[in-house]
Amino acid sequence: MPIEILMPALSPTMTEGKIARWAKREGEKVKSGDVLAEIETDKATMELEAVDEGTLLKIVVPAGRDHVPVNAPIALLLAEDEEAPAVSAPAHPVKTKAPVETKAPVETKVPVEAKAPEAKAPPKPANGVPVAPAPVVHVPPPLAESEWTGKTVTMTVREALRDAMAEEMRRDDTVFLIGEEVGEYQGAYKVSQGLLQDFGPRRVVDTPITEMGFAGLGVGAAFGGLRPVVEFMTFNFAMQAMDQIINSAAKTRYMSGGQMGCPIVFRGPNSMSSRVGAQHAQCYASWYAHCPGLKVVAPYSGADFKGLLKSAIRDPNPVVFLEHELLYGQSFEVPAEGDHVVPIGLARVARTGDAVTIIAFSRMVQMALEAAEKLAAEGISVEVIDLRTLRPLDTATVVASVQKTNRVVTVEEGWSYAGIGAEIAAVVMEQAFDWLDAPLKRVTGKDVPLPYAANLERLAVPSVDEIVAAVKEVTYR
Amino acid sequence: MASAKRKPGSAQPAVAPISETKVSEAAISEPKVSGAELLEFYRGMLLIRRFEEKAGQMYGMGLIGGFCHLYIGQEAVVVGMHSATRPGDSVITSYRDHGHMLVCGMEPRGVMAELTGRAAGYSKGKGGSMHMFSREKRFFGGHGIVGAQVPVGTGLAFAHRYRGDGGVSVTYFGDGAANQGQVAESFNMAALWKLPVVYVIENNRYGMGTSVDRASSTHDLYLRAQPFGIPALQVDGMDVLAVKAAADIAMAHVRGGLGPYVLEMQTYRYRGHSMSDPAKYRTKDEVDRMRSEHDCIDQVKKKLLDGGFADEAALKTIDRDVKDMIAEAAEFAQESPEPDPSELWTDVTAES
Repeated sequence: MPIEILMPALSPTMTEGKIARWAKREGEKVKSGDVLAEIETDKATMELEAVDEGTLLKIVVPAGRDHVPVNAPIALLLAEDEEAPAVSAPAHPVKTKAPVETKAPVETKVPVEAKAPEAKAPPKPANGVPVAPAPVVHVPPPLAESEWTGKTVTMTVREALRDAMAEEMRRDDTVFLIGEEVGEYQGAYKVSQGLLQDFGPRRVVDTPITEMGFAGLGVGAAFGGLRPVVEFMTFNFAMQAMDQIINSAAKTRYMSGGQMGCPIVFRGPNSMSSRVGAQHAQCYASWYAHCPGLKVVAPYSGADFKGLLKSAIRDPNPVVFLEHELLYGQSFEVPAEGDHVVPIGLARVARTGDAVTIIAFSRMVQMALEAAEKLAAEGISVEVIDLRTLRPLDTATVVASVQKTNRVVTVEEGWSYAGIGAEIAAVVMEQAFDWLDAPLKRVTGKDVPLPYAANLERLAVPSVDEIVAAVKEVTYR
Repeated sequence: MASAKRKPGSAQPAVAPISETKVSEAAISEPKVSGAELLEFYRGMLLIRRFEEKAGQMYGMGLIGGFCHLYIGQEAVVVGMHSATRPGDSVITSYRDHGHMLVCGMEPRGVMAELTGRAAGYSKGKGGSMHMFSREKRFFGGHGIVGAQVPVGTGLAFAHRYRGDGGVSVTYFGDGAANQGQVAESFNMAALWKLPVVYVIENNRYGMGTSVDRASSTHDLYLRAQPFGIPALQVDGMDVLAVKAAADIAMAHVRGGLGPYVLEMQTYRYRGHSMSDPAKYRTKDEVDRMRSEHDCIDQVKKKLLDGGFADEAALKTIDRDVKDMIAEAAEFAQESPEPDPSELWTDVTAES
């Protein structure tokens, strides 16, 4: 049977067009790649090239005809070894296929077998609009974290991070550290001190100042079976690498249908330091937490920094691990032995109380705890939640606390617009509205680039007094 | 630090003044290729050609949506490069990736079904033309952001070197991507650490609608390797034997542990940048001339017939086999079902 040549869609949005000119006449031979016709769309005139070979049997739609719908037959082609049919071709579109010889089935190595056409249909709600079934919400297991009851040792956060990396590197040869000044300089913030001496240049790699390049290199190494820990000197510089973090690392497992996971950790100091100015002080928590495909972790205590970095390195997903320069020198009690791992996705109640919940992460947990002390002296019992993980957010712990205290204050260094506090506000509205006795209040960095002058910088970021004032506001004191 | 400008093979056919780049006439002796290998080259390039023509047709029918970047005209590059690779090597490229996948041995039906967004596609229908992968065939994508694959490909080489497994990363990118900063960053690290990577610049003369001479201050793109001390060759990418000869040279260098290599393939795409490109930025004459004078498949066909390696009947058999394979893939891609709605939520993280 003759092959039907159909009106092509020459752009993703084209629905009809005009046949400007036929380049072949009826009876002319057609080879693959020959131009058959010129088609006018509203945007441009494009050429229609032949795919099948043969002779142009009949032009169905003549040149000059406009409003020809996409997929309407416009001509008939006689394949090379066919004879012209005795009767004229049907007027309505009948899809003819080139004859396919049946052969021995080709061994398919595609990862998913084609399902039988009677795959289950999506549920149809009353108004007939098809909808995908609601997702299975990823809820962290109830008690996936064991309380540490063993020996502890006092150490700084930077030492805890170093130990986490050293332990994981000892445990797994595919783990390596890469970044600026991580090796010979002993770490820009001395977090990787001693690691080059212990593990050598194969495992601790100093890079040139090329964040986009070495972040992408890390992603490739992860695709290739290694477990890179990519250090950004600060997350401000990671903006140069954002495309690699989001488009190459975060999205690829999904885009590949599950084949190409990326077991990488991007870590470094996030948010402010001390008087380093606007370009060196932004909090990127909400930017990264926004994106599915990433896990985003922001610990506060030394034990959590260590336990969560270990988890992050072992995690098969890309993890953005947000540290804080002003916490590196703080000392905490850290498990002294064994393999204490803190699960990603679980918040921690840092202080129990029943009048109001303060939700914070990273350095602001410290401020929240200080505020709680002050408020206790005034008879206000404050519960402090240390989020520890920003994505996936432990909404269960948040909601349980709100159900108990009925009042919420969130604290973050970053700007308020679309920040972490905004997300928590939405979650609390959606899941705990009936338990609220007051609107949620956010305490955030002020909506300005961070200034240099010492007094202005102090004004620009949350203070303990501000948190106390916010609590009084939601408790109507 | 050699930057030899050599073009292997017999006399370079006159290349129309599309750009000012001149390909040197200095010859390397023709690679010894058997008739069987030559036939494989023919079949490999024809498979890509017919696949891409079919994909273009199906796009026109609305069966493929979004972006679709066809490789028609450039087939000799991947086919010639592939002949120098070994199992265990890694391949990565941009969004113009259908040819690379086919040459790596990925199934036409799996690629076509991904183009039509079906569950049986290589990415379960969730990636599309630009985002297909195969761990089994060591094809690492398929990347939509211009140039992003270059650091990633450098990282694949880093992993090969770290593990000491002798593998090489073949990292393809185009003339448009060649101006990306991350390419310079990658060249620098690859040279600094002597990573086993062959960078293949597929210079098809146009970065989308902008010709090389309107986008690049210097047009001999292989010379971009020079500041980093990486050896480089400029190659007639329309001649599969020239590609193979260059690939063999590059691979020998890289497998010898001497660090990266850069190959600039001077090639040409007959279609627009993507399916929605009317390609007003070049003349029909230019396209026709490239096609009639430099077509890679015609070149090999001539070599086969002139050399007595195959007759018309044998070639016709290959033509028919390829046509049938593509028709079967197209039918499969049209008949197989879309992904189940539950797949909307899967594969976001390892746990989902």
